[in-house]
Amino acid sequence: MTVFIIRRMLQALLVVCLMSVIVFFGVNIVGDPIYMLVSPDADQADIEAAIARLGLDRPIWEQYVLFLKGAAQGDLGDSFIFGESALKLILHHMPATMELAFSALILAIVIGIPLGLYAGLYPDSRRSKGIMAASILGFSLPTFWVGLMLIMLFAVELRWVPATGRGDLGSFLGIQSSLLTPDGLSHIFLPALNLALLKISLAIRLTRAGVREAMGQDYVKYARAKGLSTRRIILVHVMKNIMIPVVTVMGLEFGSLIGFSVVTETIFAWPGMGKLLIDAILQLDRPVVVAYLMIIVLFFVLINLIVDIIYSILDPRVRLQDQGA
Amino acid sequence: MTDATTDSAMTAAPLAKVETPFQRFRAEFFESKIATVALGIFLIIVLLAILAPWITPQNPYDLAQVTIMDGRLPPGSEAFDGYTMWLGSDGAGRDLYSAILYGLRISLTVGLASGVIALLFGMAVGLIAAYAGGRIEVLIMRIVDLQLSFPASLVALMMVAALGKGVDKIILALVIAQWAYYARTVRATALVERGKEYVEAAQCLGISQSRIVFRHILPNCMAPLIVVGTVQTASAISLEATLSFLGVGLPQTEPSIGVLIANGFEYMLSGRYWISVFPGAALLLTVVSINLVGDHLRDVLNPRLKK
Amino acid sequence: MTAVLEISGLKTHFFTHAGVVKAVDGVDFTVSKGEVMGLVGESGSGKSITGFSILGLIDQPGRIVEGSIKFNGSEIANVSEEELKKLRGNRISMIFQDPMMTLNPVLRVDTQMIEAIRAHENVSKQTAWERSRDALGLVGIPSPEERLQAYPHQLSGGMRQRVAIATAFLNKPDLIIADEPTTALDVTIQAQIIHEAQKLTKQTGTAMIWITHDLAVVAGLADRISVMYAGRIVEQGGIDDVIDRPLHPYTVGLLGSVPTANRRGQRLFQIEGMTPNMLALPEGCAFGPRCQARKAACNAQPPIEDVEGRRLRCFNPQRVAEVTS
Repeated sequence: MTVFIIRRMLQALLVVCLMSVIVFFGVNIVGDPIYMLVSPDADQADIEAAIARLGLDRPIWEQYVLFLKGAAQGDLGDSFIFGESALKLILHHMPATMELAFSALILAIVIGIPLGLYAGLYPDSRRSKGIMAASILGFSLPTFWVGLMLIMLFAVELRWVPATGRGDLGSFLGIQSSLLTPDGLSHIFLPALNLALLKISLAIRLTRAGVREAMGQDYVKYARAKGLSTRRIILVHVMKNIMIPVVTVMGLEFGSLIGFSVVTETIFAWPGMGKLLIDAILQLDRPVVVAYLMIIVLFFVLINLIVDIIYSILDPRVRLQDQGA
Repeated sequence: MTDATTDSAMTAAPLAKVETPFQRFRAEFFESKIATVALGIFLIIVLLAILAPWITPQNPYDLAQVTIMDGRLPPGSEAFDGYTMWLGSDGAGRDLYSAILYGLRISLTVGLASGVIALLFGMAVGLIAAYAGGRIEVLIMRIVDLQLSFPASLVALMMVAALGKGVDKIILALVIAQWAYYARTVRATALVERGKEYVEAAQCLGISQSRIVFRHILPNCMAPLIVVGTVQTASAISLEATLSFLGVGLPQTEPSIGVLIANGFEYMLSGRYWISVFPGAALLLTVVSINLVGDHLRDVLNPRLKK
Repeated sequence: MTAVLEISGLKTHFFTHAGVVKAVDGVDFTVSKGEVMGLVGESGSGKSITGFSILGLIDQPGRIVEGSIKFNGSEIANVSEEELKKLRGNRISMIFQDPMMTLNPVLRVDTQMIEAIRAHENVSKQTAWERSRDALGLVGIPSPEERLQAYPHQLSGGMRQRVAIATAFLNKPDLIIADEPTTALDVTIQAQIIHEAQKLTKQTGTAMIWITHDLAVVAGLADRISVMYAGRIVEQGGIDDVIDRPLHPYTVGLLGSVPTANRRGQRLFQIEGMTPNMLALPEGCAFGPRCQARKAACNAQPPIEDVEGRRLRCFNPQRVAEVTS
């Protein structure tokens, strides 16, 4: 088991290195790197000073090493707009995005899986057909449009919740989160729902497909032949089988939730990494873009690793393979 | 003792009526009223988009026809030139009905073009991976998996940030965001097919590799490709709209649906809902109908769910 | 001898898109206490469906349209699901063909055996575990405690099937339906499994229905035999009777097709033609198109009658010389 984890970790490390190479050389190929790292309104003297300071007159591989050194020390350049370290900026905005992504994931699991289970067990009922139709709508509707509609309906017309912004922060065990105050909850509700919509649809469809496939399997028929109650067949036999792919996919989707939050954060003016990214792109604040990319890559690799490990714990066929059957 | 029966019973049992796979597919597809309606709606939308120059009172890209005095008029108002703006007008004075139809043209073109290019490219890569096997296959699939673990919107965003604005760059970004889905689907199917006995048999007969690929393996990949294709096209259209909405997509001068919606965003809170809602509804109809069709196609073409 | 199972006039039809498939179309037989009934036929003859019909495990688009199934005197065809659950795995057990598919791959062996006991009896997990262990010992599995902790994929095919047999005997049923239990196994393992099954039935006095397409298997095991073709029984009687002096041309063909040492060098006898298309059966005798002894009378459906001490459905029984084995 430990061998397995170590192997996966090494692979993950490899991927991060690979991505850093891609990002670095990509950035350098696309445009003159000096403009990546220097404010657009610097004059010639500043530019030359920056070239010397940043070592851009050195051979490319030396620059890459410098880049890595800087990255290891947490220095990925300074933001043009804010003047401070790009990395620090992103880390500062991360908790807000984490909150949002986390809430959305919870919503997706709590709403999506039970609905999918129902739709899978009674595929021909009217309610199931309604659930499936709703799920198609869920992933067809562009997130930004749904966000707009949500704001229109709940914030403007009904005035149940505020339209934009993040609420007050509460504190628990040293962690600050807006999920811990009622004001915070009222602010996070719409954006979390908006972000979750796609994932809810995904969870519904995944669970339903898994249930339908499982129900047709021989082991379900055999379980019935043993006289087991329907409840046990579904909750133990079926669920354990479909949980594996469902958990895997949902876990991986968490990463995409973080990336996807860009749109939601823009609409709801949620002060997270995503909004930071969009502003950075529009304002040509390149160090921030690069820093965001690296952080995201790191994140994805980490999530993949964790999900791989969880998967191996859940599926005995994978876990016991290393030990030899 | 026995009843007399005709001589025909002396011969073998009569053959059951056989229908071609395509007929069966067609019959099964149209069993779903929802999917049929969705298909109809989508075809109508495409038709409207193609005929746009002939059925709209205004060409919203021709600045000579657009005047700010027509701006922000509610649905049903009369324009400066005398025609009725059934869906109202946007901030710059464009008749929304015209703008939506022209916008659909762009959105559909971009979506379909990027979809087709991504399909061809992804299909080529997938086939190569399945056939080359060994290290090449592992390398390609690692790249595919890597890319697929990132959400398409993020990839597209990154590409756009790197490449800049412009229709061709948007299409390129969308292609890069999508090709991996096609590659993975094609490779998986190609692998399954390659392992099947008829390929071995064909190889034994000395049929050339390319012939095997094109005449035998490819047609079998069609089914999952079609399903992935429809869903991906809808996703591409949606993605372009999202990018445009965020301001990094198509330029303002030839607005796609996404740009229209973005433009209307600021008017939402002041009650001029139509500027965003109508283009939004058009986008919705398009994407949802494609997805409904694709969803049903998946059910119909999925052999495992057959009774 | 008391009749454990009495089936009369059983008809199970499937109402598909392409037409009605009369998988079982008028089957009668009786199984007495301690008796092994061999149910023999090709794929599609309806033998497995007969087995499933007894336990009420026929799913849409099929159902039992007619007939009576009496278990220990009480009618069980088309009774409520609740009633059937009490019987399944308890008074009537079933062994399926491929244990890899029928055992749930993500649950341990002990879980799957214990649940079979606790579904019908209120005993502690410990007691159920001990009973499972003893059952595994009875079927000849060494170190049963270790095997109980294992997952299905860690056991060999033969062992998995022994687990299935042990599970079938757990609640001391009156009847066991074994659906091609040895088809998926090697010949040597087959012999072992058959031996185990025989031993257990003799010890416990359980009645058994052994469904197979392989005459050789049933010859040494069964007391009586029913030969099925296209959903109907065509010959039925004591095993020695039928095997030594087969009357129905199909039975003759089946016996002739079995390669034996005594006929070395001679051409293998084959029954001509293909398995019948259940959607388009001929008007007369279903075996007609392939029968070598066909006459004009065979254009009508032959009824099943008592002929020379057995049941026979044929207008032209074959009186061949004693078949040497």
